Amino acid sequence: MVNYIWLGMIVFGILVAGANGQVEVVTRAALEGADKAVKTSLNLIAIISFWLGIMKLAEAAGLVRALARLVRPVTRFLFPDVPANHPAMGAIIMNLSANILGLGNAATPMGLIAMQELQKLNRGDPRTATGAMCTFLALNTSCITLIPTTIIGIRVMYGSTDPTAIVGTTIFATACGMTVAVIVDRMLRVFYGRQE
Amino acid sequence: MYELINEISRWAIPLTLLLVPLIAMLRGVSVFETFVEGAAEGFTTAVKTIPYLVAMLVAISIFRASGAMEVLVHVLSPILDPLGFPPEVLPHAVMRPLSGGAALGIATDLIATHGPDSFIGRLVSTMQGSTDTTFYVLTLYFGSVGITRYRYAIISGLAADLTSLVASVFIVNQLFR
Repeated sequence: MVNYIWLGMIVFGILVAGANGQVEVVTRAALEGADKAVKTSLNLIAIISFWLGIMKLAEAAGLVRALARLVRPVTRFLFPDVPANHPAMGAIIMNLSANILGLGNAATPMGLIAMQELQKLNRGDPRTATGAMCTFLALNTSCITLIPTTIIGIRVMYGSTDPTAIVGTTIFATACGMTVAVIVDRMLRVFYGRQE
Repeated sequence: MYELINEISRWAIPLTLLLVPLIAMLRGVSVFETFVEGAAEGFTTAVKTIPYLVAMLVAISIFRASGAMEVLVHVLSPILDPLGFPPEVLPHAVMRPLSGGAALGIATDLIATHGPDSFIGRLVSTMQGSTDTTFYVLTLYFGSVGITRYRYAIISGLAADLTSLVASVFIVNQLFR
């Protein structure tokens, strides 16, 4: 799937650029994209190192396990094949909490830890995503955000009389998205499970 | 309500930084060494994501700069017009799963042009807040552990994006039209 989308974007992009008579923009765009990718990853080093340090402390202190126990009924339903006491569970919960609070910077490192822990549970091919990983990503991309900080900031900047008017609509939209993510994920998990 | 939530988010990280090491210390953890041990893993994790992000961001960048984005928007707009979905907002909807920065740029531009309290301004604000950048998150998270076969993750991610989009259009039409 990702192979087709990736190739499709490149092929279609180059064809359209050629048809527009501006095929030379492709080279620049490709290099700019690569540049941005490396910069993003390098910037991540600082924040990931920092949060991984804190996470390690939280784990050693038993805090992650306590939090995981608190929300076990929900997580047992969403991640049936992740053991309740596994560190993956703690990291997933921390990631989703950070997303809900709109702490985008803190959410990413927690998400990466969660993936590493989920990979340790991967009993199949280490290059193929497990069901739990797919569920985690589906939740992640559609996660409820209580305070969409950035967009509220922009609304304030452009003189909105009611910058937070969109908080309610955002929560509604994201709740719908998340519900569908969980349902679609569960259906596809069964479907793909049968195929393989 | 908003003030309360805002206050919580302001305190969440400082409080975590205060309480986690403190509790760890009380539980007999050697806090400095444990922190360093965790931080050391951060470096390799970040570096491992580079090739995956390069691959994805190159494709997205070509797709956008070539004008292919506009072609896609042009093809889709006759379907979406009758559904109370203004064509001005379509580039944002298509861009949202691909690039967070670009989508935010489009949103800012629309808010500046039409005003934050206009129908379009509110719609695009809701759309910007209600999903994350699916392709970026997928590439970054899967890349960090070397997963190359995503199975159905893209389908469920995009299904969620599409639902959030439809729900945004619906609720903003209901409340602010």
